[in-house]
Parts: sequence; C-alpha cells; structure tokens
Amino acid sequence: MTRADATPVLELTGIGKEFGAIRALHGVDMQVFPGEVVGLMGDNGAGKSTLVKIIAGNFRPTHGEIRFTGSAVHFNRPVDARAVGIEVVYQDLALADNLTAAANVFLGRELKRKFGPIALLDHKAMAARALELFGELRSETRPDDLVKQMSGGQRQAVAIARTRLSNARLVMMDEPTAAISVRQVEQVLGLIHRLKEQGVAVMLISHRMPDVFAVCDRVVVMRRGEKRADKPIHETSPEEVTALITGAKEAA
Amino acid sequence: MAVPLESPISFTNVGRIRWWQRGIFASQTGYVLIALAVLLVIMHFASPYFFTEGNMQNVAKNFSFIAIATLGVTFVIITGGIDLSVGSMMCFSAMITSMVMTELSTPGGLGASLFVHMAADGKTVVANVPGLILLISVAAGLGVALIAGLVNGFCTAVLGLSPFVTTLGMLSIVRGLGYVVSNGRGSFPGGPDADYFYGLTSGDVLGVPMPFIYLVILALAMAVVLHHTSFGRHVFALGGNEKAAELTGIPVVRVKIEVYVICALAAGLQGIIISGWLGSAPANMATSYELNVIAAAVIGGANLAGGIGGPLGAIVGCVLLEVIRNGLVLAQVSSYWQQTLVGVIIILAVLVDRIRSRMS
Repeated sequence: MTRADATPVLELTGIGKEFGAIRALHGVDMQVFPGEVVGLMGDNGAGKSTLVKIIAGNFRPTHGEIRFTGSAVHFNRPVDARAVGIEVVYQDLALADNLTAAANVFLGRELKRKFGPIALLDHKAMAARALELFGELRSETRPDDLVKQMSGGQRQAVAIARTRLSNARLVMMDEPTAAISVRQVEQVLGLIHRLKEQGVAVMLISHRMPDVFAVCDRVVVMRRGEKRADKPIHETSPEEVTALITGAKEAA
Repeated sequence: MAVPLESPISFTNVGRIRWWQRGIFASQTGYVLIALAVLLVIMHFASPYFFTEGNMQNVAKNFSFIAIATLGVTFVIITGGIDLSVGSMMCFSAMITSMVMTELSTPGGLGASLFVHMAADGKTVVANVPGLILLISVAAGLGVALIAGLVNGFCTAVLGLSPFVTTLGMLSIVRGLGYVVSNGRGSFPGGPDADYFYGLTSGDVLGVPMPFIYLVILALAMAVVLHHTSFGRHVFALGGNEKAAELTGIPVVRVKIEVYVICALAAGLQGIIISGWLGSAPANMATSYELNVIAAAVIGGANLAGGIGGPLGAIVGCVLLEVIRNGLVLAQVSSYWQQTLVGVIIILAVLVDRIRSRMS
C-alpha cells in the first residue's frame, strides 16, 4: 500500500517527548499516505496518546519534526492542526451535553446568515447538513436532540460527523469502537472505508484487534515510547501484533 | 442555503422527543413559571389590592431593579462561573455617575467650564449642550464597571483563578473604592441634567416604568444573542463542557472575559437606574444585592454548574421574588419573614428540578 512516489500526508521524523524526567516518546519515525488507514496499537502507557496529542497540536514535541503534506508544521494549539486539515475524534468525544447534535457538529464553525451588520446562526442549514452527515454515517440521530439524551453510538456519530465538515486530510480516531454496540462498530468501520475512498488518511488508535485487521492497511505498534513495528497488515498476524504489544517479541 | 429537510435516515429505533419533554416545558424555568402563575392567582383572591394599577406598577418597577443585573449574572452562570461583585458594582457605578455629573455641573469644578455656564441672573447653572453631561457621567459609571469586569475576566480566564474567589475579592475592592472616592458620604446626581437623569431612570412612559422598558429591551437582546449568535452558542458550550469548547477551537478566554464584562456592565447600569429612583447613591447602596441577584437567577433555572439558563428564567426568578415580597407586605406579614421564605424557595426550585431529572 505504501507508495514511494506519493507525498506522505504526515511524516514524523525522530519525534520525542519528555515530561520532566519521564520519557514518553523516543525517536518515532512514521509516514502516513493519502487514502491509507494506519492502525496505531500499543498497551496503556506505550505512548499512543502522547503521539496523537502531538500530531493534534495539544503538545509540542521535545525533539523531531512534523511534516504535513510535505512542509514542516509547528502546532501551538489544536486549532492550528485543524486549520491544515487534521481532525481528531477524541475518546471522550469532546461534546457539550447541553447542546443539540447539530450544535455540537458545528461547534466553533457555526453557519451564519448576515442581517446587515449582524450575523445570526443559520439553524435550518446546520440542521439539514447535520442530518445529511448522520445519514452518511447511517446513524439514527436527530439534529435537534440534546446530546445528553443520546446513546453511546449516537454520540460517536456526532463526534465523527464533526470531522466530516471540513476537508480533512488526516482523521485520527482515538478508540472509536471502544464504547459502542456491535452494529455501530460496523458502521464506524464502514465510515473509515468511506473516508479512505475519498483519499483521506485515517489513523485508528484501538485496542480491538479485529477492528484493526478489518480496516487497516498498515499497523504500527508502540511499546515503551518507541515504535517497535510498522508492517503492512497482510504481512503480519494478530498473534504477532499481540506479541509486539506485550513485549514477548521485541521488534518486527 | 436551505436544503429541504428530507430525512435520509429512517428512524426505526429512535423516537421523537415529545414537545412537552423538551425546551421550556422540561426546564426548571417552565415549572417556576407555572408556580408564578399559580401564585398570581392566589394573590388575586387573597388581596383586592394586588392587581390594581398602582401595585402592578410598583411590582414591575421593583423587580426591574434587580432584573437587569440578573440578566448579566445569568451570562456568567451559564458559562459555569459566578460573579459576587454585582452588588458593589451597582453602588460604585451609581456613585461615579452622580459624582461626575455633580462635578461637571458645578461652575469652578474640574472641567465644568466646558459643559456649563452661569445664566444671566448669576444663580442658575445652564448646560452648554443639554444632555451631554448626562451622557458623559453615565459613560463614566459604565466605564468603571467595564474595567472591573475586565479584571474579573482576566483573573478567571487568563490567570485561571477561581471565579468565586476573584469576584469575592472584587466585591470588597469595589465597595472599598466606593467608600474611598465618596469618603463614606452619599452623592447626589445634580446640575442642569439631573432632570433628564431622573426622567430616564425613575420616570415612566404611558404608565410603564422606565426600568421595566430597559429590562424588556435588554432581555430580548439577550435572547437573540444567546440563541441566535455564535457567541451565545459558545457561552452554552463553555458551560456544558469547557474542554470540548477548547478542543473545537472556541476562543474560551475571550468568551469568558466577555461574559464578566457583560455582567459588570449590567450591574453598573442597574446601579445607575437604582440611584435615579433613590435620588442618591449612598455608599452602602445595594449591599448584599448580589445574593438576591444570584438567587433570582437560580430560582429561574440557571444552573450553577453551567450550561443552562436564559433571560426568561432570570426575569421569572426576579418576578417571583418580588411578588412574594409584595404579597407578604399586602398580607401584613412581618418583612423579616421574606428572607426566610426566599431561602425556602431557592431550595424548593432546585429540588423540583432534581426530582424531575431523576424521574426522566
């Protein structure tokens, strides 16, 4: 799946991160290509979340360089990462419970209509677009329902619908299938396929081996803050990945 | 672009939330509104004086005296913050307004020569431009409120101090400054523009008290801002999930500073209006009003945990407090009972809401 001629969407070189005396990441090199789904696996504390947060602009790396679509980038805030086309679906989904589904999808980039000098929210257009997005995700979610009244799968749909608003080049999903039903897992994996078809690169952070093997082209295994493996999915097996995660096998 | 709302999804498992289970019908504001309506009916039968024109004017005026500040504090409460400095702010703004007005209107006073001159008889002071002094003095009063609001907002949003502590400090600072500038004495709005001032604050239009008119205009503006602008949306998002607000790129710091500024300005305006009704701005004016204001907001359904509240709730809370006060006066109950009853109502209102959310 790796195409040597294409420019990687994301290219990490020698990324390292220290929190005081703790070395959370060390010398991580990684490339993600357009339309590629990369599974990022590792045990708790392996450095997955730190890596994701660096790419998403929550942390700045202590060492190393991030290149996005060929040019070096420096993110100070998550907004900077979003501006270049990196979207993240957070594990806790980052939704405001007291707002409607449509309001959450458009949070921070509301559609407005100008009335002279004042810009008022365009509720109708936002609800219509949100309904369209939920339709694409085949999620039975009403745009006008409050998020606090929703099921886990619906909340997931709202969080994913948010990434579909912009022309994201890279979507990172942190455990999107951890808290939802079997049927909804199918839907989320279907959505990942649809992102891939549109040339969007997807980084899937997951503990669920079947999901990773179902959708990913390549799997990256982290352990103790280092990248231990980076293999096309058809050259590896769930057994080998498990061994790499637990440390039974040092590297591959 | 209005895309037709033709549903691409078939809702087989997800029912529609019924109209009485959403919006105002499922909110504390709704219950308190019903309680208020019941109370009004009871009052009507309990006292023949209650629904007289004079008494209604009185009630409208009295609740308007805390309602504008309540609108302001509701903004802060929706973001999950609190502002305890509103009472002191009312006093300080009123004081600065009347002091500036008096100073500019006294020949020989600081800068007064620009604004007033003596009439031919040598006794009457005449304004150079009628209304200008009023404008400047009100601007000065609101100006100090703006500064205090900016400090509140800066401390909570940028420095990350707890809003409770910051505004408790501001309560004391502003009250202290009020005593400093006035030396503990009251100040009176005076000079050629004083008549305009009294007309605009304690006058009425066709029997409707001026404060009530301001309240209605500001409440409508607030409803539009909260529900139909992105600023309002961000205010709610901040109270619902601050971390999510930050991650989605909402300018959290700016929104927080803005709500504290709005709150301080509302309190300042409220203070100026009260001083017009009182005819002076004593240094101990509006002491502990912050408690009434916050109580009214909470009774009306603003959630101190953030994320819920609105202008209707703020007004309903204020009206309820005032009707009870008024009712107790008409029923010749000792006014000392008022405070006790207000406390009971605060707890009851929150309790009813808790029971409702447990049931659903």
